[in-house]
Amino acid sequence: MKDICAVSTPLAEGGISVIRISGENAIDIAARIFKPFTYESVENMPGYTCAYGNICDGDKIADDGVLTVFRAPKSYTGENVAEISCHGGIFVTKKVLRLCIKNGAELAEKGEFTKRALLNGKMSLTQAEAVMDTISAQGEYALASANLTREGRLFMSISEVSKKLVKILGELAAWVDYPEEDLPEVEENNLRNSLESAIGVTGKILADYDNGMILKNGIDTCIAGKPNVGKSTLMNMLLGYDRSIVTDVAGTTRDVIEETAKMGEFFLKLSDTAGIRHTEDTVEKIGVEIARKKLENAMLVMEVFDTSRPLDNEDTELLEYVKNLGKRTIIVLNKSDLENKIDREFFDAYSDNIVEISAKNDEGRECIQSAMEDLFGFGNYDADSTIFANERQKSCAEKADRYLKMALESLNMGETLDAVTVMIDYAANALLELTGEKATEAVVDEVFSKFCVGK
Amino acid sequence: MKLENLQNLKREYFDVAVIGAGHAGCEAALAAARLGLKTALFTITLDGVANMPCNPSIGGTAKGHLVREIDALGGEMGRAADKTSIQSRMLNRGKGPAVHSLRAQIDRVAYHNLMKKTIEETENLYLKQAEITEVLFENDGKTVRGIKTKLGTEYDCKAAIIASGTYLNGEVHVGAVSYPSGPDSVLPAQKLSDCLKEAGMTIRRFKTGTPARVHKRSIDFDRLEVQYGDENITPFSFANVQKPENKVECYVAYTNAETHKVIMDNIHLSPIYSGRIHAIGPRYCPSIEDKIMRFSDKPRHQLFIEPMGLDTEEYYLQGMSSSLPESVQLEFLHTIKGLERVEIMRNAYAIEYDCCDPTELLPTLEFKAFPGLYGAGQFNGTSGYEEAAAQGLVAGINASMKILGREPMVLDRASSYIGTLIDDLCTKGCSDPYRMLTSRSEYRLLLRQDNADIRLTPIGHKIGLISDGRFERLQEKISQTENEVKRLWKVNIAPSKELNRYLEEQGTDPINNGIKLAQLIRRPQLSYDGLAFIDPDRCELSEEVREQVDLQIKYEGYIKIQLEQVEAMRKLEARKIPEDIDYDQIKSLRLEATEKLKKIRPLSVGQASRISGVNPADINVLLVWLEQNK
Repeated sequence: MKDICAVSTPLAEGGISVIRISGENAIDIAARIFKPFTYESVENMPGYTCAYGNICDGDKIADDGVLTVFRAPKSYTGENVAEISCHGGIFVTKKVLRLCIKNGAELAEKGEFTKRALLNGKMSLTQAEAVMDTISAQGEYALASANLTREGRLFMSISEVSKKLVKILGELAAWVDYPEEDLPEVEENNLRNSLESAIGVTGKILADYDNGMILKNGIDTCIAGKPNVGKSTLMNMLLGYDRSIVTDVAGTTRDVIEETAKMGEFFLKLSDTAGIRHTEDTVEKIGVEIARKKLENAMLVMEVFDTSRPLDNEDTELLEYVKNLGKRTIIVLNKSDLENKIDREFFDAYSDNIVEISAKNDEGRECIQSAMEDLFGFGNYDADSTIFANERQKSCAEKADRYLKMALESLNMGETLDAVTVMIDYAANALLELTGEKATEAVVDEVFSKFCVGK
Repeated sequence: MKLENLQNLKREYFDVAVIGAGHAGCEAALAAARLGLKTALFTITLDGVANMPCNPSIGGTAKGHLVREIDALGGEMGRAADKTSIQSRMLNRGKGPAVHSLRAQIDRVAYHNLMKKTIEETENLYLKQAEITEVLFENDGKTVRGIKTKLGTEYDCKAAIIASGTYLNGEVHVGAVSYPSGPDSVLPAQKLSDCLKEAGMTIRRFKTGTPARVHKRSIDFDRLEVQYGDENITPFSFANVQKPENKVECYVAYTNAETHKVIMDNIHLSPIYSGRIHAIGPRYCPSIEDKIMRFSDKPRHQLFIEPMGLDTEEYYLQGMSSSLPESVQLEFLHTIKGLERVEIMRNAYAIEYDCCDPTELLPTLEFKAFPGLYGAGQFNGTSGYEEAAAQGLVAGINASMKILGREPMVLDRASSYIGTLIDDLCTKGCSDPYRMLTSRSEYRLLLRQDNADIRLTPIGHKIGLISDGRFERLQEKISQTENEVKRLWKVNIAPSKELNRYLEEQGTDPINNGIKLAQLIRRPQLSYDGLAFIDPDRCELSEEVREQVDLQIKYEGYIKIQLEQVEAMRKLEARKIPEDIDYDQIKSLRLEATEKLKKIRPLSVGQASRISGVNPADINVLLVWLEQNK
């Protein structure tokens, strides 16, 4: 098998970068580019050791760094592995990667390290999937959910349904295959009830998946409000650093700016928008259009109002607009540091979550966080009560859900039970695939396309 | 003269030698001979050709599908059954067309006579009475070169097909009495197993049983429920123009608490419950004592009383197979309403026999380890005439294809119940006698008994078992069906009082706007034939075509879903596994999976995925490995 290499840390400006080489000749390749100070040569380094030295392109020194050597089978992939830690920075990192390729390694394909680990018996597929979830999980809830999958809570819930379905299928099969055995007729009402309860469970799995997505991928949050109420200041407060250009001139933030902020255990994908007021300015008009779109797609809208100025048409227009969208909202009353000129109770008709802050003075962050927890129901998060699925599991659950609904529909339409049975059959199969009792090639493709290269 | 000297005489040569002339052997021999190969068919007695030693019927759920598929490929069973049928019923009407199954009572002796005559009249086919005791191998000890009879005669052959049924080391058990015997008191085949074992084949022991046959004059028919045949009979054979007739009635009776008590009181006398039989019996066709022991809460069991033929007074008691002593059999039968004074003519018995492990077979039914040696029927671990005939046909075709140097015929699971049966056998194996069931097919909406010809006749034609004339008639049927379906999607139907009254009568919603005729046919409550009155432009079409049109429109949505599944399956089926793959090299396969894969040696990833004990994670590992080692 060929020797592969890749950058194992995110390719971005940072403290250090790690370049990993795996394969039979990985250590030889490392020896060609790394000159250790502490060992005579790289070839002499035993497994699980590291050495400080120079990373060289021929005679030229490219960088200095640390080489860690793993000898087969005691490595992540089960092969010989060399990891070079060099100085962070895109230019240096790429240079070291190019050196590896120049000296005989090939650039790893997506997920190839993990594929090799899997092939060499270093991890099972379920472990591999969990690794992927763990890597991509950001925040403790998400990590907890990844653990949850591994511990088989999802498995239990699914196998409860699939057991039920397999039981129904058994009854239907006996009824069809032994027409002369005086077996009881299959009760359509019982069948209907069982299907409905199974659909209930698949529905729950799918809903939980959405919650899981919130934890893993963050909440799409749109900050809205008329110009100069302090949207950008709020965003900077949430981010903890200055991002938008903040001026006193209305309409400064013309583009939608997206950033990720951590709020307790949640990730917010923030977009700061231009206001949605009517305007004749062509450029600004485009901004307003984008803002409206953003509002429509958001999971959460933070509506910002300036309490130091009386409310005007533009404010109420926004309140009405967002109310009609039916989104989860937090009404943020900004500038609590200045004199209050508005009636707070006015907002009660628009949201249960009203917080007062002073973005400028960085006051009120906790209020927003507690409102978030109320809104997304994770304030009392109980790791035992919720199931989170990954993408593959979700697609199986969706399939099962679809076939179950078709079975129910066929039954209600008065179709013969042979058709209904086959739909239940497929639903059961989709669930068995989910719990790992049935395979399709798609499973593998999907799983591996989701591994990040480095790990 | 000594045997060694005999062997120096010039030996007769056959292309194919078939061992056993039951339902598997007959199909195998007929197929090979019809494909032009010089074929010998050996049987212990010529009077046992195509015998039905158990129930005098052919077909039933899923088995009816098999018979129609055998017919569609050019086999004999369907035609012979139609000609000797004395009552016919389509089972599962009302449960959906996919599970409609044809079942016919057969005149047992007439069937034997007809099949024997057909074989005798077939060119290239030599029917011989002889017990085969040895398969002769080349010096490699693996490749078939001939066979040898009990009398020492040797025949050369390129292929041998073992279809030994329950004859192979057969042993009959009734109460405390056991003796070597084939079915119906015919001699057993006692030597062949030893030769096969010696060559390295796994030989297992299975068991089956049959109920008593009783005299007609001793049955009180007035006290039984009568069961008539269908008014409009569907024949098994697609080539059959003459419909069979109902000539007899069957009857239904029930066991009761007293029957069960007699059995329970004597259960210690059963050779199975006393531990004398160790072989595994069919779960799907249990003896009456098994039924009572396993389902003790069931207050009664049903039995069917069926005539054995037109020229006999014997009746068969379906559902009452037993190995209890003869006196106990008589006692429990006398507790049944209508059978109080019944006379037993042939007692019920259990029979143990030798069979192979079908996972040692390729999907062509050739043994992986023995080139030229094929297995079919009960020898492969199945139960039932239809399962046997299906395998006989496949083995006969594939032995011929190999000798002729042509492509083998491997039917996949989406093509047929036959393909499903063989895939199950070769891939999953069987731990008790295997019976075909509709629930074994994941593609059963496609594999209906009504379209077996559309699915398989083109294959039968390509192989050479279907005449050009029959193939052309099929093409005509297909094109008529397609054109009519197309037309029905174009015909607009406007709402009318007459139509809406009809719709309401049929229990479906009236229409307010114009609608395509096909959309109406799709409703479960309506049918193509029923809507003829609003379709004046309709051409005269045959019943077969009208049925196909109706089903294709009704099932379109489901068929589409099944086809998606088929496509996914065929993709995995197309991922071939190299023959020389070393599973020990793939470290992350679980131990159990490695062992199973090494034993079965699947030809494709699809087949591998169906092996029990190989789970999806193993398949994924295998796929990744194949990808990396391309």
